[in-house]
Amino acid sequence: MIDAPLISLQEVSKTYANGVAVLKGLDLAVNAGETLTLLGPSGCGKSTALRLIAGLIAPTSGDIVWSNPTLRKNLGVVFQEPTLLPWASVFDNVYLPLRLTGEKREKAEPRIRHALARVGLSDFAAALPRELSGGMKMRCAIARALVTEPAVILMDEPFAALDEVTRFQLNDDLLALKLELRATIIFVTHSVYESAYLSTRIIVMSKVRGAIIDEIIIDPALTRNAEFRHTDHFAEICRRASLALRHATDENIGTTP
Amino acid sequence: MTLNRLRDAIIPLLVFLLTLGVWEAIVDYKNIPPYILPAPSTIAAKLVEDRALLFSSLLVTLGVTLKALVIATISAVALALLLAQSKWLERALLPFAIILQVTPIIAIAPLLLIYLSPGTAVLVCAFLVAFFPILSNTALGLASVDHGLQDVFDLYHATGWQKFLYLRLPSALPQFLAGLRIGGGLALIGAIVAELAAGASGQGTGLAFRIVEAGFRLDIPRMFAALALISLSGLAIYGALAWLSHLLLHNWHESARERGA
Repeated sequence: MIDAPLISLQEVSKTYANGVAVLKGLDLAVNAGETLTLLGPSGCGKSTALRLIAGLIAPTSGDIVWSNPTLRKNLGVVFQEPTLLPWASVFDNVYLPLRLTGEKREKAEPRIRHALARVGLSDFAAALPRELSGGMKMRCAIARALVTEPAVILMDEPFAALDEVTRFQLNDDLLALKLELRATIIFVTHSVYESAYLSTRIIVMSKVRGAIIDEIIIDPALTRNAEFRHTDHFAEICRRASLALRHATDENIGTTP
Repeated sequence: MTLNRLRDAIIPLLVFLLTLGVWEAIVDYKNIPPYILPAPSTIAAKLVEDRALLFSSLLVTLGVTLKALVIATISAVALALLLAQSKWLERALLPFAIILQVTPIIAIAPLLLIYLSPGTAVLVCAFLVAFFPILSNTALGLASVDHGLQDVFDLYHATGWQKFLYLRLPSALPQFLAGLRIGGGLALIGAIVAELAAGASGQGTGLAFRIVEAGFRLDIPRMFAALALISLSGLAIYGALAWLSHLLLHNWHESARERGA
């Protein structure tokens, strides 16, 4: 067991320029190697928390502490949209993070090919994003996030726009990648089933205070496969997460004028 | 797909030929004299008869148009890049560009002719009208970068130059090319308007002057012949720029792609 958390959010608050306070005093610890899911209703601040961890926005108050600050410089992030360069091939999109560090294309090629192979896009290296399906675009975005071999991967509802079959497939692919990479994953979703299937810990957030309503620990040693979705244990995790989510939503309804 | 393209090309051509046929028939049937309304066949004959004069004038007008378009493109892109660097610069310089745009060129041309030689005045007029659409479209393109992509570049600590080269420039390309298509047509209009205002004569005069000159001589067929050359020049410029746009964008941008392609 690791003593110090990899990332600590300490009393973190975020108020946007328009005056909307999304997070108020959020305390959250992320441990190395876990798959932590932030689950909550829309507007609860889970994506904001992820953007704060990524360093894309700064907190209004509070601290975000990394036990190993060098890890912060090499993050993999997958957004809700694939956010691919439409004019560049799949290969060049995956090359982008390495290109921005000044790495030559020839030198980077083996790593790019490896990242593409990991997500099953080896045969589509020359394709343009418009030639790919929604699921394949997301795979390309995942390959781009993996190409730098990050120790921490942040995923902001990456499969929300996909159909159920593709979503299940990508869930399994993500679990396989997790086993291979041993990376820490912070996953944002509003899907109870997805959180129960992927996570080793689920944090359910409330919209009103941006506070944590429940924390569900799931045994990391559990085998996650299609059968797992039909077990009583999976159903129990889903039931508990659903209740917590309902509680979070009821709180929101209760405060709506 | 090829059949559709053929149909798309043939239909407007047939309508055009039909219009010329009706025009020819009306002139013939009503016995309208050429100094009132020349028939298309008369205009075509005039085009052949005066080809040396008209085509040398065409080269002058086209030369001015292309020169103005190149200068306008370079300066508008340079200014758009400058404006994209700072909101202060945008606030300071954009009003001047807008003033130039909204002031009719026909009102500026006589003033330019006081301070500049006729050739330079025509070039400046064509430049002024072509400049703004290229500037505004390029500036819009540079400012319309996808926020998600900006996040990706921020995440990987891209430098300002990297963001500019790998993100903002390609993002702005569709809008820049749209501005260039508009600017190309306007450069020709600007050159024609300035030539009309300049009233230059002798060697090296453009098609607009030939129209004025033919008007004084009541040589209406020549007026129409010069007009036809101007229209064809405009079509050629637009066609060339539309082709360039298709060449650069058809692989990835929706504006240049056929549905279902």
